[in-house]
Amino acid sequence: MSDAQLPIEAPLRQARFQDTGLRWGSRLADVVIRSIVPVVLALVAGGILLLALGVNPLTFYSDVWKYGVSDGNWQQSAVTMVPLLLIAVGLIVVFRANLWNLGYNGQFALAAAFVAGFGPSLVQDVPLWFAFVLLFLLAAAVGAGWAFVPGFLKARYGTNEIITTLMMSFIGIDLADYLIKGQFQDPAIQTPQTEAIPLDKLLPPIPGTSIDVSLLVAFTAVLVVHYVLTRTAFGLRLHVLGANPKAARHVGIKLPQLTIAAFVISGALIGMAAAAYVLSPFWGYVRADQIPTYGDSIIPFVFLARLNALAVVPFVAFYAVLSTGGDFAASQANLPTDFLLVLVGLILLFMTIIEYLGRRRELGGSYVPAGLRQSLRSPLRKPAEAEAE
Amino acid sequence: MSPSPREGETVNDAPLVELVGISKAYPGVLANDDVTLSVRRGEVHCLLGENGAGKSTLIGILSGLVRPDSGRIRIDGRDVSIDSPRQALAHGIGTVYQHSTLIPELTVLENLMLGDTRSLRLDSAGAGKRLRELADQLAVEIDPHEKALDLALGRQQQVEIVKALWRGSRVLVLDEPTSMLTPQAFSELERVVVRLKEQGQGIIFITHKLHEALSLGDRISVLRQGRFVGELDKQQLESTSVDDLRSTIVRLMFGDEAPAAADAAELREDITQIEQEHDRRRAAVGETVLELDDVSVAGSGTEIGIEHVSLRLGLQEILGVAGVDGNGQQALAEVVAGQRHPTSGEIRFFDAPITRLSVHARQKLGLRYVTDDRLGEGTVPPLSVSLNLFLKRIGHRPFWKFGRLQKRLVDRKAGELVKEFDVRTPSISTRAGTLSGGNIQKVMLARELSFEPKVVIFNKPTYGLDLKTTTTVRNTIRELADGGGAALVISTDLDELIEICDRIAVISRGRLVGVVENGRGVAEEIGTLMVGAETMEAAA
Repeated sequence: MSDAQLPIEAPLRQARFQDTGLRWGSRLADVVIRSIVPVVLALVAGGILLLALGVNPLTFYSDVWKYGVSDGNWQQSAVTMVPLLLIAVGLIVVFRANLWNLGYNGQFALAAAFVAGFGPSLVQDVPLWFAFVLLFLLAAAVGAGWAFVPGFLKARYGTNEIITTLMMSFIGIDLADYLIKGQFQDPAIQTPQTEAIPLDKLLPPIPGTSIDVSLLVAFTAVLVVHYVLTRTAFGLRLHVLGANPKAARHVGIKLPQLTIAAFVISGALIGMAAAAYVLSPFWGYVRADQIPTYGDSIIPFVFLARLNALAVVPFVAFYAVLSTGGDFAASQANLPTDFLLVLVGLILLFMTIIEYLGRRRELGGSYVPAGLRQSLRSPLRKPAEAEAE
Repeated sequence: MSPSPREGETVNDAPLVELVGISKAYPGVLANDDVTLSVRRGEVHCLLGENGAGKSTLIGILSGLVRPDSGRIRIDGRDVSIDSPRQALAHGIGTVYQHSTLIPELTVLENLMLGDTRSLRLDSAGAGKRLRELADQLAVEIDPHEKALDLALGRQQQVEIVKALWRGSRVLVLDEPTSMLTPQAFSELERVVVRLKEQGQGIIFITHKLHEALSLGDRISVLRQGRFVGELDKQQLESTSVDDLRSTIVRLMFGDEAPAAADAAELREDITQIEQEHDRRRAAVGETVLELDDVSVAGSGTEIGIEHVSLRLGLQEILGVAGVDGNGQQALAEVVAGQRHPTSGEIRFFDAPITRLSVHARQKLGLRYVTDDRLGEGTVPPLSVSLNLFLKRIGHRPFWKFGRLQKRLVDRKAGELVKEFDVRTPSISTRAGTLSGGNIQKVMLARELSFEPKVVIFNKPTYGLDLKTTTTVRNTIRELADGGGAALVISTDLDELIEICDRIAVISRGRLVGVVENGRGVAEEIGTLMVGAETMEAAA
């Protein structure tokens, strides 16, 4: 007889846990352990690494602070935050619904190429504010359109979105480069880049600062997304789909429409991030093969914030400071600027360790909701919800 | 009964197996609290207790799946420890679990040889001989070369018993062996048990049904909330009248809560008693409210669909669907609810075709579905009780206005529902996943039975619930039907269907093989239908 007979139900294991007065306290501890500790540990480990490289970590980190926050440098960090925030909330919308949009780089690149391609003429032809509105809408439409394809395939055929979004991402990036080198190429110069929009035709600063107005767009997007996710029927449907896809089917949620909507909104927000990036006074153009891949750095923070649109703000701010100040600090210390990526990698590493320990000790909770984890583990399996339609 | 001891064994009075002062705690629940239990040679010891009383944990401890926190296990009077199922077998304890452990694709003989690790080569001749020996011992006929999946449920169970006895077990543990056995299969099991007993086997028979314990037990022990609460020995069982026995046992099982559950089928001393009550109701059944006309649904994965199912449900009627789990019940429930689309056939609701309507549209019409998968499908565990009560109304006025949740209104209505359906929850904002199974079921009932339900499909509505909740659920179903609704009750528990249904349909391998009026002798009729379907399949 084999040992593999386990029909005994662990008696009422989860079923009888009662809410206790400790709950609030334990939730706070949970937040600290899961969200703050990996960041702190990464900074410590990064410091040890710096020591090994012969750099005084205290000097380095105080340089990060100096160049990222003090003396008005925080404004620079705030500008950096804008595309990051928009991408973050764009990812939160899909992740909440248990769907993986990993095509953010392609959506971003393609939207950026379109904004940079049409921007120079548009800002000349129509009133400037209207041009901005049109360009943001254009970017949103391009991002949404690029995300629609995997969303539709998922909704209609149950095609795994991890694979389709990733593939669409590569196509998007290459298409963006192709357009920049062709259609959108600035004829006046040799470098493969678009015509630069003149500085006075770029987004104006918020009065009294050097931060452009897109920060307001980003914060508005955060608030709207948070409101939609927590207070509206649409948000609840996303949540139900995310928490329990079988239940979503059971309660009569129209899964295909919801899936497509989630992807389209996500792509639109990521597209808007690209518009904010291109139209910020620092750029005004894009260069082929050099469109940033912000999404990759921001994903860990989305999960550290537990897919909460408000909670992601401080994490993005943290990353922006690290990014702005870190660049200067690294060059001061004669380190390559890639050191920042090392820190992000360390954060991921410590998240993984804490996740592992949490699972070993059965502490429950996870950075990645169960449904998302499931679809990651077996990406080629056709999900149950797709069979319904 | 005094069987002669086997050769080489010392004659002593020590029980074959004795559990002494066993305790086992899981987070938040004490599953076994100082339980003592023993079984002697040639004795059937029935362990009675309702769901959640701690029976499964105790059996897990005995069979090496669960380690007790404290307590001793003695075999033939000697202390032993059982750390694995293998060790349990080595000590002569064979267990037949509630769910089949046979591998469907393998033949009977291959299944039996699976655990044989003594030599590299499979000794099929020897195994065949051993099978014949044991089959003779049980007086049953088992074809060694039939695949497990082709066996009828009763036969599968016999193979499981053979498997448990394979290495010469002297104690046989049967964990809820009767769920959805036909009456015929049950009497066959009864016969096997009696035969084993006569051969000196000690048998621990776990059940939550009183009539089984009364008909089989030489001794009956009762567990309640993890504690051993009482025992009736052979003498008491023989000298006391059935009515007195019943009331004693019901009191032991439920304590002060006995009156609340006392009418359930599980506690009848004889299931046929129920049948008279149905005459009253049958006259009331009215116009057709739900009709399936030649409906077929494709299966998904390993789960089978349904083929050419036609059935009719009348107003105020409770129609049961009996059958062994996994015979298309899921597909049937989901196609009526709209969660799956039929490949052919038509579904009508109050004479209007609804075959193409969405889940949502059907809900609005008053067609509701209480799923059997409470945590995996019926609720969203991390959401509050309040929101779970409104899952099927997301976005509807007046609870959502312009897409915005009207939290106060939802909470007020949720509070009313919680009260009406007696959901025991710390508050309406408690996460649904933290509630007990019974309370989650009540949340689902509250959701499906509010806002003008007309026809409700219940899929295994009382599975795993304690008897008090079971009784509540069954009463709710009756009230629905009496109050001008109708119910389609899918269950694997025949006694339950006989208790509440007006008619009972039998499903087997995705087909409806017959519909019978509830009444005297219905259990045998259903049994015949199920067996008939199985033999027909086997012949085909």
